[in-house]
Amino acid sequence: MNVLLSTKKLSHHFGKTKVLGNVSLEIAQGSYTVLLGPSGSGKTTLLSVLGGFLQPDEGQVLINGIDCTSMPPAKRPTATVFQDYALFPHLSIGNNVGFGLRMKGMAKDIRDERARDMLLLVGLADAFGKKPHQLSGGQRQRVALARALVVEPQVLLLDEPLGALDLKLRRQMQDELKIIQKRVGTAFVHVTHDQEEAMALANHVVVMNQGHIEDEGSPERVYARPATRFSATFMGESTIIPGEATGNDKVKTALGTFKINSAPNSGRVHLAIRPEHICLGGNIPAIIRDVIYQGSFKRCVALPIALLDFPILCKFTADRPVAVGEHVSLRIGADKLVLLKD
Amino acid sequence: MRILSFVYAVFIYGFVFLPVAVLILFSFQGSLFPIPPFNGPSLRWYGAVLSDERLTNGLGHSITVAFLSSFAATLLGFLAAWGFARFTLPASRILRVLITLPLMVSYLIIGMGLLVVFTAIGFPKSLVGVGIGHVVINLPLCFAIIYSQMGDHQANIERAARDLGAGEWHVLLLVTAPMLWPALFAGFFLSMTFSWDEFVIAFLLTRFQTTLPVEIWNLLRAGLNPKTNAVGSLVFGISILFAVALEVITFKKSAK
Repeated sequence: MNVLLSTKKLSHHFGKTKVLGNVSLEIAQGSYTVLLGPSGSGKTTLLSVLGGFLQPDEGQVLINGIDCTSMPPAKRPTATVFQDYALFPHLSIGNNVGFGLRMKGMAKDIRDERARDMLLLVGLADAFGKKPHQLSGGQRQRVALARALVVEPQVLLLDEPLGALDLKLRRQMQDELKIIQKRVGTAFVHVTHDQEEAMALANHVVVMNQGHIEDEGSPERVYARPATRFSATFMGESTIIPGEATGNDKVKTALGTFKINSAPNSGRVHLAIRPEHICLGGNIPAIIRDVIYQGSFKRCVALPIALLDFPILCKFTADRPVAVGEHVSLRIGADKLVLLKD
Repeated sequence: MRILSFVYAVFIYGFVFLPVAVLILFSFQGSLFPIPPFNGPSLRWYGAVLSDERLTNGLGHSITVAFLSSFAATLLGFLAAWGFARFTLPASRILRVLITLPLMVSYLIIGMGLLVVFTAIGFPKSLVGVGIGHVVINLPLCFAIIYSQMGDHQANIERAARDLGAGEWHVLLLVTAPMLWPALFAGFFLSMTFSWDEFVIAFLLTRFQTTLPVEIWNLLRAGLNPKTNAVGSLVFGISILFAVALEVITFKKSAK
């Protein structure tokens, strides 16, 4: 991995509240990193520290190996796309996009040409002479993207860039962001609380909670084998099954004993299982409590007879008839159970 | 009810505008006294005003003082508002109250205070002194107007400019000031109107060269004649111009 940006043990407090605790992160050249977490998890604060808008109490930010911790935003090889777009309301779209180049002292005709090229890239070639208030939310978002990319940053920081868009537009912009990122090759760091958005965009997901990193890695890995309990329930849904390690890689739970690789020899452990890894036709009798039809599948909550106050999330294909109150038997694939760190 | 409210409206507007209407009507009086019967219209008294060097000089002084003091008040008010809105200052709340406090102090007190200070430091009575006095009364107004228009959204826009490489001066000149144009214009034109017809401070702080309201007062000491009506109408007309300019500029901006 070619490390472009790294943070070393970042910590920050707002008053007495700890918002970042010991955050160490490495971001590779050309990668699409998504910082995923609920509100208050410190993801936006981390982005502000990367962009230079906030000085961390402790720790370092290195870009290309150079310490940038106290470097102002203007001097850093980063550019930010703000959540509210923050376009200059009094300038035309062309001048908005060309602003960064103007600050670099570039001549008007050259920066106009660059601005046009960049607007073409984001699909807004005809907006050059318009004012921001004449554009829709999605179009402003593209202008903000073009304005940040035109200065050729090494890292582009995006603060919940799709938060204000409707679902359809958001999907469309996700696809476009990914295509644009591939074309320009800049490392993108994108903040969101939407796990679907994270999976759709990232090749590096960083799951954050209460100011620290819970889990990070490829979205496939984080989804399939979440490291912590938080990550198992925030990035997609999971049922968490408490159990007791009995040695020889065995874990005993109320739903049966499972063989789990590298389980400890003793003590309490937690196992996670994704709803789609629970099938019908096993040896765990259960009653269906809820059925929610979601188009391609049915999302159900089943209560095992042996443990009626322990709801299990499962997903069945849409053509399998299931009804509330129905008695079924569930099968949990032991190979899909994930041992969690607490 | 309808008739009653109509009558009420007529009284209210009559109460406000009748004196001005009468003043303007008798500025076109053809004879020597501004009292009925009206025999005109005649521009004779306007001619008299424009050929009176003291009045035309006063007019020039008033416009210069109004323009320069309003410019200074707007600039200082803008910088103060920006400072309070964008930086965490010690005792920021108290300082903000202090800066707007002159709005509540009478012009007489401000004028006397300045007179005492100027005398103590040996600063002569002059138009510059009046200008300073007008900055004192208009700066809090400009500050209040501009400060009310500075929100977090604009702070983010300034942040974006800095992120793209703009230094503080560039941010102020290319981003903050243009974004706040309507508030800056409003502050400037309101200051112009207040400075334009301000009498007490100008009276206390000038001696030989003075502003139009003081010259009018000098004229009134000699008794009423249609010439005072004519010059009063001129003052009123110019005030209206400021008000119209303010409306046009700020409304055009906010209509967008």
